[in-house]
Amino acid sequence: MKDLSRKLALPAAAAALFATPALSQSLDETINTAFAASTGWFVSLIFAPIPGTSFPWIVAWLVVGASIFSIYFSFVQFRVLGHSIALVKGDYSDPNDAGEVSHFQALATALSGTVGLGNIAGVAVAVGIGGPGATFWMILAGLLGMASKFTECTLAVKYRNEYEDGRVSGGPMYYMTKGFKIRGKPGGKILAIVFAVFTILGSFGGGNMFQANQAHAQLTNVFGDFPGFITGLVFAAIVFAVIVGGIKSIAQVTEKVVPFMGVLYVGTALIILLINMDKIGWAFGQIFEGAFTGLGVAGGLAGALIQGFKRAAFSNEAGVGSAAIAHSAVRTKEPITEGFVALLEPFIDTVVICTMTALVIIITGQLMVDPATGLYIVGESGAIQTVDGNSGVALTSAAFSQSIPFFRYILVVAVILFAFSTMISWSYYGLKAWTFLFGEGKTTELVFKLIFCFFVIVGAAASLGPVIDFSDAAIFAMAVCNISALYVLMPIVKAEMDSYLSRLKSGEIRKFA
Amino acid sequence: MSSTIVVAYDGSDSAERAMAFAVERAKAIGGSILVAHVLEWSPYSFLTAEELEERHIRRKEEMARAKEVLVEPELAKLASSGVPVSSDIRYGHVAETIIKIAEESAAVQIVIGRQGQGSFAARFFGSTAGTLVQTCPVPLTIVP
Repeated sequence: MKDLSRKLALPAAAAALFATPALSQSLDETINTAFAASTGWFVSLIFAPIPGTSFPWIVAWLVVGASIFSIYFSFVQFRVLGHSIALVKGDYSDPNDAGEVSHFQALATALSGTVGLGNIAGVAVAVGIGGPGATFWMILAGLLGMASKFTECTLAVKYRNEYEDGRVSGGPMYYMTKGFKIRGKPGGKILAIVFAVFTILGSFGGGNMFQANQAHAQLTNVFGDFPGFITGLVFAAIVFAVIVGGIKSIAQVTEKVVPFMGVLYVGTALIILLINMDKIGWAFGQIFEGAFTGLGVAGGLAGALIQGFKRAAFSNEAGVGSAAIAHSAVRTKEPITEGFVALLEPFIDTVVICTMTALVIIITGQLMVDPATGLYIVGESGAIQTVDGNSGVALTSAAFSQSIPFFRYILVVAVILFAFSTMISWSYYGLKAWTFLFGEGKTTELVFKLIFCFFVIVGAAASLGPVIDFSDAAIFAMAVCNISALYVLMPIVKAEMDSYLSRLKSGEIRKFA
Repeated sequence: MSSTIVVAYDGSDSAERAMAFAVERAKAIGGSILVAHVLEWSPYSFLTAEELEERHIRRKEEMARAKEVLVEPELAKLASSGVPVSSDIRYGHVAETIIKIAEESAAVQIVIGRQGQGSFAARFFGSTAGTLVQTCPVPLTIVP
């Protein structure tokens, strides 16, 4: 691989630009240290353990939230699946609304924001630390998260702003302010402001730096080592061209290519699973056994559970409130229908795509087992030792290329495209939060966009540890505000749901021929 | 109730010829003309978040432009022919939507030019006229 890297234009140009590698390496280090130092307090606050345990309170917060929504809506995520698919197909769409945003389009756009490196790199982190058992908890979190997504997206459509010129703006900021007022509860505005601040941080973290970081990791993994800020500069330049330069064609091309990349990624994973078909039973055995015993991973059962839930939440963003911004643009008279459609998102993202990644890593035997005890060998860092000492996206890459070496190149393309589309989506989410706080206007918007591009460079240059910590912390901080608001507003959703489902049953709502 | 002839109109030269032909037919049978213009649209296309936000306003603009630039001038031109005219502008798959318009207006015939705009793509994906030949539920005339 080192030979190949010399033939490639990117590292070569980089070497010419920065003739002294020592200098550029130290720049990466400086960025990394400064970043870790300035974000550490925020990270430790969010991930503080529940007193007397080692269990982070934030993970409990997400699990409890998703469980409460599942129970409160009588497991809506399993009852309406068939109807959800009919809605996406457009069976219930008024033909006179053709040309408006369809359910399919809102779902596809939201998905391209959530299907990202969380599905590829995040899962590797979960399985690498929590063992195969983390997969079980991840799937469970995905299934429960469908109820959170349902709640937040229904509210986002119901309480969106429709401006006179026909544009729409929606998201948690709007249902917090409007919904609280309607329910006669105080504090909606303050909650919305805090949420918007965390959304901006989240758009710099998980929606940006984590993506740039892991895209760079995968590039160096395949093409040889080169300084991170170079990847960062290239990415930042393209993001700049799209969000500041208004070159929509790049974003449009990405939007069209990403769904096919998703299919290609799942297809590739399926091929690997087919090659190793004899081990699928064993892999599920490991997943179930690990889920309840931990199989020797750091923290045992709790360790697997924490990792599974954390990475699932990071990947499908259920309860976080981000995708609600994208879903709110749909054209429908029934806000609840978008909730029904949105609940497919965690299913596709986590239950399907994340599980694929986890199975590939487990089946290809990347995690090292002690032959004497049958337990996983845990290294000093607390992570399970892997065959080549990989973690994050490199671990997924090793797993994918083990059966068929060529697959690592498919993965590079997938990683870069997923990273890019997630960045574009999150730049929009962040911008919406920013304009909510500071008002709309060319200058204020430009300021946000420039900061966003700057963080692309920081993310690519910093090392995985601090970046992933900050990304998680910012995204989970959003969930703290959002799930609080959902508790207050969930009776509204319940009323909408009951009314809609009874009208559906009575035949008042029917398919357009 | 007069017999309605639906003309698929996109402003191209061949659509103008189709219109001229349809007007003659309408005069002959004492029927009326329905000028149908369809804006190509798929609910399964992929849009960016920004496009989602602006979709409603863009749709209004596109409809208005189609009306002012294409359909209304044509209606004005047809007024002198003495044939009763009406119009319909819609979004959708072009061939399917033309058929739907014809069915809803109980049209006796559809007239379409052989070559609409964007014929390059049509070479790969099949033209609207070609699709109509295979699926049209009423008599169809393709004007070269």
